[in-house]
Amino acid sequence: MSAPTLTPENTLTPPVKRRIGALEATGHGLTLAKRNLRYVVRTPTTLIDTVIQPVLFLMVFVFLFGGAISGTWQGYLQTLVPGLMVQITMYASIGTGMALNTDISKGVFDRFRSLPIARSAPLVGAVLGDVVRYAVAVTVLLLLALALGFRVQTDPLSALLACVLVIVFGLTLCWFSVLIGMMVANPQAVPGVSMAVILPLTFGSNIFADPETMPRWLELWVGVNPVSHFVDTVRGLMIGGPVAGPLALSLVAVVLCHVILLPLALRAYLRRVR
Amino acid sequence: MTDVCIRASGLVKRFGHTTALDGVDLEVPTGSILGVLGPNGAGKTTMVRILATLAQPDQGSVHVAGHDALRDPVAVRGLIGLTGQYASVDEELTGRENLELIGQLLRLPGREWKTRARELVGRFDLTEAGERPVKTYSGGMRRRIDLAASLVGRPRVLYLDEPTTGLDPRSRGDLWQTVRDLAEEGTTVLLTTQYLEEADELADRITVIDHGRTVAGGTPAELKRTTGSQTLHVRTVDPADTDRVIGFLTELLDTEPALASDGVSISAPTDDPVLLSALVRRLDQEAVTTDELALRLPSLDDVFFSLTGRALPGDDHEEASA
Repeated sequence: MSAPTLTPENTLTPPVKRRIGALEATGHGLTLAKRNLRYVVRTPTTLIDTVIQPVLFLMVFVFLFGGAISGTWQGYLQTLVPGLMVQITMYASIGTGMALNTDISKGVFDRFRSLPIARSAPLVGAVLGDVVRYAVAVTVLLLLALALGFRVQTDPLSALLACVLVIVFGLTLCWFSVLIGMMVANPQAVPGVSMAVILPLTFGSNIFADPETMPRWLELWVGVNPVSHFVDTVRGLMIGGPVAGPLALSLVAVVLCHVILLPLALRAYLRRVR
Repeated sequence: MTDVCIRASGLVKRFGHTTALDGVDLEVPTGSILGVLGPNGAGKTTMVRILATLAQPDQGSVHVAGHDALRDPVAVRGLIGLTGQYASVDEELTGRENLELIGQLLRLPGREWKTRARELVGRFDLTEAGERPVKTYSGGMRRRIDLAASLVGRPRVLYLDEPTTGLDPRSRGDLWQTVRDLAEEGTTVLLTTQYLEEADELADRITVIDHGRTVAGGTPAELKRTTGSQTLHVRTVDPADTDRVIGFLTELLDTEPALASDGVSISAPTDDPVLLSALVRRLDQEAVTTDELALRLPSLDDVFFSLTGRALPGDDHEEASA
C-alpha cells in the first residue's frame, strides 16, 4: 500500500484526551435506567418477577401455611410481611445480573460501548432501574398485605424507614447479582446460580418460622444469617420490637458485603467494558 | 497528499493459544471505502472490534482521524459508527425507541434525538416498522435498523462488519446503495466481507487478510493484475473428465489448477500465450469435449486463490436469508 505515512493531523500536537464528567456520566446512567424500566414494563417475565411473585408468595404462605404455623393466618400475616419484604427484594435482585448478561449476549452492550458514553453508564442504569423495581415489588406486597389485614403497629415514619432499608439491602445484593451476571455464559444461567445462594439465605432464616422450633444446627445458622438480622430490623420497625441491635448487625453485613462483593463485581464488570 | 483517516499498524491479538491477528496493517484515506476481504476466521471481526475500541490489541497501534484509539477511546467513539452482528439494538424496544435512546445517550441538542430518529426511520424505509419491537423484524429490516443505529451521531467513520451476510439480493443491493451514498457524503467506510463481489462493487481499495495477516492490498483492478494477466477457464461436458483435464493442465503449467466449489469448473492463472492452443490440441487427442474453454481477465476469486491457495467459501448470498 502506498499511502503516505504521516498526515497533518498526526504531526500536530495530539488532541486533548476527552473525559466524561460526573454530571454527564450521571445523565447517561439515568437515560439507561429509563430504558431498563421500559424493558421491565415490556417484558412479561420480568414484570412477573416484580409484581406477581410477591403476590404469590404472600398468598401461598399466609393461606396455605399460616394457620399451621401460627394458629391463625391473620396472626401469621403480621410476622410474615416484614420477612417477605426482605425475601422478594432478594429475588428481585436476580434481575440485575440477568439484565446485564442479556445485554452482553444480545450485543446491546457492545452498541453502548461503541458510543462516547461513560463506561459506568450501563451498570448505573441497571442498578438505578432496579431500585425502582424493588420499590414496585415492596409496594405491591404491602398494598396486598394491607388489604388482607396487615397493620403497621409502629408509626408511618418507621415503616418508611423499613422500606428504605429493604431497598438498601436489595442494592447490596445486586452486586452479587452483577458478579454472577458477568461470570456466567448466558442469562438463563443467572437464576440457577443465584438461587443456590438465595435459597439457604431465605429459607434458612427467621422469615417463615420461629428458629426456636428448629434443630440446633439450623437455629445456629439462622442466628448467623444476616438475612435474619435484616428481618428482625424490619419487623421491629413495622410491628414493634428491638431495632437497634439487629440494625447494627444488618449494617455490618451491608458494609461487609460492599467491601467484599463490590470490588469483585466492579472488576468483573470493568473487564467486560474496558 | 492523501489524508489518512483510519490507520492501524502491526495489530496483534491473541486469544489463549490462538493468534487472531498476526500483524495487520491498514490505511483508509478520508472519504473512501476500504473493503477488508477474507474467509471466516481470518480475523476480520477481531480487527473491526479493535478499530472500534471494543477490544485492545496485544501489540500495534490504531489512529482514527488523528486520535489514538488505545489512549483516547472516548474521542474515537465520538467519531465512529459501528454495524456488526455483535453491536446490536435492544429487541424489546421499537426501532424508533432504539434510535431515540442512542440520540439521548449522545446528548443531541434540544429535541434532535426525536427528529433524528424520525429522519432515520424514514431514510431506511422503516417508518411503519419503527413503531414495532425490533424482535418482530425480518433479517433485512434488522440490518437496516442496525445501520440506522450506527448513524444517529452522524459518524465521520463507519465500520460495517459483514453487513450483508444472510441478506437476500434485493436487500443487499439496497444496502450497497446506502453505503455508496454515505461515502459520497464524505463518510469514511471500512467494510468487511467474505464476498468478492461485494468488495469489487463497493470498495475503492481492498485489503485481503487471511490467518490474521494482510496478504494483499490495492484497488480491485490492481489486485486482479497481481495474479497474472489472464485466467484460463475450463469445464468439461462429462464431469468424469474433470480429473483428466486437471492432469493435463498440471503437466502444461507445472502447478495444479484451481477447482471451484461446484467440482467441475477449473481455472488457472497464466501468462503463457500458447497455453490455450496446447490445451486444445491435448483435449482433441484425448477426445475430451468441453462446455467452456476460455481465457479471461481474472476475477477476485482467482486473486484470492492465488494469494492464499484456497478458494473463498461459496459466493451465494441466498444460503442464509433469515
